[in-house]
Amino acid sequence: MDFQLSDDQRALRAGVRELLAGRFGRDRMRAALDAGTGIDRALWRELGEAGFFALRLPEAEGGVGLGLPESVLLFEEVGRSLLPGPLIATHLAAGPVKGAAQGEAVVAVLDPGQSVAHLGEADALLVLGPGGAPRDAARVRDAADPVRSIDPFTPLWRIAGPVEADDPLPGGERLRDEGALLAAAEQLGSAARTTEMAVQHAGTREQFGSPIGSFQAVKHLCAGMLVRTELARCAVYAAAVTADPVEIAGAKLLADDAAVRNARDSLQVHGGMGFTWESDVHLHLKRAWLRSGQWLTAAAAEEVLAGDLC
Amino acid sequence: MDLAYTEEEEEFRARLREWLAAVLPRLPAKPGPDDWPGRRAYDTAWQRMLYDAGYAGLHWPVDAGGRGATPTQHLIFLEETERAGAPYVGANFVGLLHAGPTIAAEGTAEQRARWLPPVLRGDEIWCQGFSEPGAGSDLAALRTRAVRDGDHYVVSGSKIWTSHAEVADWCELLVRTDPAAPKHRGISWLAMEMDAPGVTVRPLRTLAGSTEFAEMFLDEVRVPVSHRVGAENDGWRVTMVTLSFERGTAFVGEVVACRRTLAALAAEARRGGRWDDPVLRRRLGRLNAEFRALWRLTQWNVSEAQGTGGVPGTGGSVFKLRYSHARQELYEAAAEVLGADSADLDREWVLDRLSSLSYTIAAGTSQIQRNLVAERILGLPKGR
Ligand SMILES: Cc1cc2nc3c(=O)[nH]c(=O)nc-3n(C[C@H](O)[C@H](O)[C@H](O)COP(=O)(O)OP(=O)(O)OC[C@H]3O[C@@H](n4cnc5c(N)ncnc54)[C@H](O)[C@@H]3O)c2cc1C
Repeated sequence: MDFQLSDDQRALRAGVRELLAGRFGRDRMRAALDAGTGIDRALWRELGEAGFFALRLPEAEGGVGLGLPESVLLFEEVGRSLLPGPLIATHLAAGPVKGAAQGEAVVAVLDPGQSVAHLGEADALLVLGPGGAPRDAARVRDAADPVRSIDPFTPLWRIAGPVEADDPLPGGERLRDEGALLAAAEQLGSAARTTEMAVQHAGTREQFGSPIGSFQAVKHLCAGMLVRTELARCAVYAAAVTADPVEIAGAKLLADDAAVRNARDSLQVHGGMGFTWESDVHLHLKRAWLRSGQWLTAAAAEEVLAGDLC
Repeated sequence: MDLAYTEEEEEFRARLREWLAAVLPRLPAKPGPDDWPGRRAYDTAWQRMLYDAGYAGLHWPVDAGGRGATPTQHLIFLEETERAGAPYVGANFVGLLHAGPTIAAEGTAEQRARWLPPVLRGDEIWCQGFSEPGAGSDLAALRTRAVRDGDHYVVSGSKIWTSHAEVADWCELLVRTDPAAPKHRGISWLAMEMDAPGVTVRPLRTLAGSTEFAEMFLDEVRVPVSHRVGAENDGWRVTMVTLSFERGTAFVGEVVACRRTLAALAAEARRGGRWDDPVLRRRLGRLNAEFRALWRLTQWNVSEAQGTGGVPGTGGSVFKLRYSHARQELYEAAAEVLGADSADLDREWVLDRLSSLSYTIAAGTSQIQRNLVAERILGLPKGR
């Protein structure tokens, strides 16, 4: 047993962090937010070329041939960076959906009963539930209304009627679990990032003649954030190794919790700054809220985990 | 990231299981919580069985009489013994997990030869005399004085919360040897015989009704200078060395036990018709996520210790903080499952609920752990 990152995994993580910092650093992220122009297709293709979507496709099929643990490290970085777009669905669709692996296609996910993120820009849809078949996005769009989304980076569409599924995808039943795991990884990255932001602010902002981080009330908020992050990290990484549905449910539950609560505590540590549009904390919180409702909700996860006890 | 155990590790596990299956049925009945002589006899008999089978001091260095096992083997050992329902370290706790490792790391050859074998064999019990009425979280403020008189120290003062003091043969005692030095630099570590003249032990009753710990009054107790471990006034460092000895494995058995309790709670909820209550069911589901993750965190910490040659990472404080609260939550959930029976001290889990209240206090309170995490891991400035 060696439950630590291998050298290759560390290198992969560093590489993705560098790529995202170069292509979607804070300035570009804020510019994208101001422009509100949805998905950057050029960046999408760049990610495709870097093997982002084809990471788990076998090398014989033009993929990178890596596994879920590596995907999790990738999506953790996505969560840190706030990179928008249906990255998880496109990653899962690499292979079955033409162009997804290369970053040519944008694939969104349709989970019956839920709003669809990025439907307006999607080329294809991954339908969750029985079948999980890719659907023609344009056809679904005709029956959908745009929602004013709480997350400025994630346009949402509400589907009016029921959608029939196409032929099932091979291995389609795994889609929800894998999506939940990768969403948990994004939450983990976000939780770690908002912790860093809080610690950074607490170490520099002074009140009463001292850095606010020297006050225990602030210190203990930060310590709590780290504890949530590190427990979620172990849950997410272990679930990536075992791919066990119960373990994935636990990982999603703890990572949702870490992302949402850390963003809220980080906001508190930032004081009035935390309540501004200018600060990035709200962007993390809003995305964390959305992701909590996607792939596997807390209620559903808890039922899976309860079922495991019988 | 690899969670698979090696063939060697699996073989170790298989042999251990076989041994446990053979010996556990031969254990005598467990004594009651207030029968201290009985508890001592039971705990030391189990330690002797471990010793005879070659499992005593499994992860201790070989030159200290241990087996030099890897952290992972130690993890497997603790996991399997708990799973099989073997006795807990009990009265051997301080000897095996604290005083022993201190002597192994800092003692002279003579001191190791004198004190370590009896600990491993279960012949001698140790207790820990650190806390004082005026020195709890601020342990370095301790005031028990040791004054040199020839080849002895003369020790006077008082200690409190000393677990197992009534049945201990030895006490690892922190004393002040230089009152003029800054508070961390005037402390020494002594091994004191509990039946030395001048030692008075007065049991304290815990909120659970039993006497798990005691007050200890020291009135001019003579301790040979040769019983000091480490240099004079270097006791603080000597003590801190030991706190890092466990390499992430300190709570392995307890996490396994919690997971077993959780499964038993679910079964009890179904028997009592409570499983249809989604609020309770989901509460137990969430606890399942919590303890599964704590188990993974344990494996993470152990792997980290293994990779760094035994130096523990920062995961210990993170683990203790989360675990102590999770375990209290577990018994809160148990009370919900039990309903009206949660007021019955003879029902399973009711006493555990009371005992669990100490987890956020003993061995460093949650507030102190948060200070440590914030200052040592996150690098936030020290408060004034
Ligand atoms: C079951 C049990 C067994 C024990 N066994 C032993 C033993 O065998 N040997 C031994 O030596 N000791 C033992 N102890 C003592 C234990 O280590 C102390 O109780 C513990 O360190 C806390 O000290 P205290 O009780 O004096 O509380 P205090 O230090 O007085 O703390 C009281 C409250 O103040 C808070 N507080 C104190 N300082 C700070 C700070 N700087 N920042 C924020 N909050 C603070 C604490 O978190 C706590 O909530 C045992 C305790 C228990 C409960």
